[in-house]
Amino acid sequence: MNRSLTCIVCPNGCTITAELDEHGAVCALSGAACPRGEAYARQEIERPMRMIASSVRVTGGAAPLVSVRMTKPIPKGEIMRVMEAIRSASVPAPVAAGDVIIADVLGLGSDVIATRSIDQKAV
Amino acid sequence: MRTIRHDAVIIGGGPAGLAAAAELDRLGVHDVLVIEREKQPGGILRQCIHEGFGLARYGEALSGPEYAQRLIDELTSRGMKVMTDTTVLSLSQDRALTVVSREGIARIEAGAVILAMGCRERTRGALAIPGERPAGVYTAGVAQAYMNLYNRMIGRRAVILGSGDIGMIMARRLTLEGAQVEGVYEIMDTPSGLPRNISQCLDDYGIPLNLSHTITEIHGGARVTGVTVSAVDAQLKPVPGTQRYIPCDTVILSVGLIPENELSLEAGIALDPRTRGALVDEHLQTGCPGVFAAGNVLHVHDLADDASLEAEAAARSAAAYLRGELPCCGVSVVCGAGVRYALPQRVSGGQDVPLALRVSRAMGPCSIVLRQAGREIGRKRVIRALPAEMIHVTLKADQIGGCEEIEVSAE
Ligand SMILES: Cc1cc2nc3c(=O)[nH]c(=O)nc-3n(C[C@H](O)[C@H](O)[C@H](O)COP(=O)(O)OP(=O)(O)OC[C@H]3O[C@@H](n4cnc5c(N)ncnc54)[C@H](O)[C@@H]3O)c2cc1C
Ligand code: SF4
Repeated sequence: MNRSLTCIVCPNGCTITAELDEHGAVCALSGAACPRGEAYARQEIERPMRMIASSVRVTGGAAPLVSVRMTKPIPKGEIMRVMEAIRSASVPAPVAAGDVIIADVLGLGSDVIATRSIDQKAV
Repeated sequence: MRTIRHDAVIIGGGPAGLAAAAELDRLGVHDVLVIEREKQPGGILRQCIHEGFGLARYGEALSGPEYAQRLIDELTSRGMKVMTDTTVLSLSQDRALTVVSREGIARIEAGAVILAMGCRERTRGALAIPGERPAGVYTAGVAQAYMNLYNRMIGRRAVILGSGDIGMIMARRLTLEGAQVEGVYEIMDTPSGLPRNISQCLDDYGIPLNLSHTITEIHGGARVTGVTVSAVDAQLKPVPGTQRYIPCDTVILSVGLIPENELSLEAGIALDPRTRGALVDEHLQTGCPGVFAAGNVLHVHDLADDASLEAEAAARSAAAYLRGELPCCGVSVVCGAGVRYALPQRVSGGQDVPLALRVSRAMGPCSIVLRQAGREIGRKRVIRALPAEMIHVTLKADQIGGCEEIEVSAE
């Protein structure tokens, strides 16, 4: 059986074709322009992982939100649960880019970190 | 009116403007002024909180704000500053600018100018969908700014018109925030955004992409209550009998970006009807001597990395111009079959030039061919060519003979 994937690692977006055996394991890959794409395709077939970006509420800040991202990809099936955790979080200002907002979210081994700095609201 | 003078003035503090400023400083042009109308530099990147920027430049997948911060940090470490909260109102042929800020109006004379004003979104007005004009219709970039900068949820049930990247990114963002995205409707038979965004923003969340479909009517009084969608034929005309009503409270338009060239037009700078940006030579110099253009103001880029690279090239040209060293460019570059636009539109023949182009329709394995007076002078094979993906080809100086025009085609 063949499965066709779009590599999302870089903007080239190569179309990768994976040949699978009867157990669904990868026996051959074609179409990836680089090794990162092959690693992506194997991962995607075994256990798809994703990065997500969102924002977290800030209290007492110059802006109401701070943008955040994960430090490592999380299993695709956990995205909505991680989003719940992100939605219910809030941080007091000031926030610096790189600050850990939620450490090891849901025990998945990935931190939620701030991607910009938010100053305290001027009084 | 106050008058000040600077060697180089950059209009716009997005990735293009910031990268150009750092490059000028690196080249020994230290009297540089970057003017940005927003309160903070960074341009469109400030609202692009998703990751995927900077793979080529920094070897990391950064979010938009992080990418902007890298560029800002670089300027700070060089002791350079961006003049924020200041808008350029006009530009003249002799490179005099009028700017307005809280301090009032000032006149600035520049040795060289780099245009880096970015682009704006096409709006529904430009497309004229019949129906009511209820609230709940947003362009994708405005929806993105509301959600990512101002914490305003824009709706619970959305339909997206157009398959541009920003629309697809917003489809994912809305889904993650708990809204229902009914689908993306694209009038053309090929998507206008990148394949990776179709995969990671739509397919991942089961959002259908309907090609050759459009919204034929928007319903609602005060607020959107639904849309009518129809299939379209090869002439892009709605096919009778295919109409379907979809209830929704939000319509997001992701129907394209247009370079922001009000200032350029007023300065009498000629634009290319294909790119909607300035006509430029291999130095990225516009028709007005000493005025250069780079980034989304020149042509719409998919990648911030490409925009900043282009801006660095413009900065090198501006530095050479200030030294009085720019050779003139007499050879035209024109578009042949299958090519929507190619840039720069004029070259000198004296040096190798990277050409940027887009094809007009999706093609499988094909070649980008460069010809001068019928003679092939360059060829690049690609495994696929999509209008959504910019293609780069090098035009080799030693292949150019004479000053007949060079034609770029996809075959
Ligand atoms: C929603 C979206 C998603 C994207 N996703 C990706 C991605 O995943 N990866 C990637 O690599 N790239 C991505 N891009 C592309 C990339 O962000 C752009 O190509 C890049 O930002 C263009 O930079 P720029 O400096 O030309 O324009 P901009 O970032 O638009 O900056 C132009 C600046 O000029 C200022 N300005 C305009 N007119 C004036 C004036 N008259 N006076 C003073 N200032 C003025 C504006 O305020 C603005 O700050 C995305 C773009 C968008 C819109
Ligand atoms: S295979 Fe390599 S080049 Fe192709 S999209 Fe993936 S990472 Fe990019």
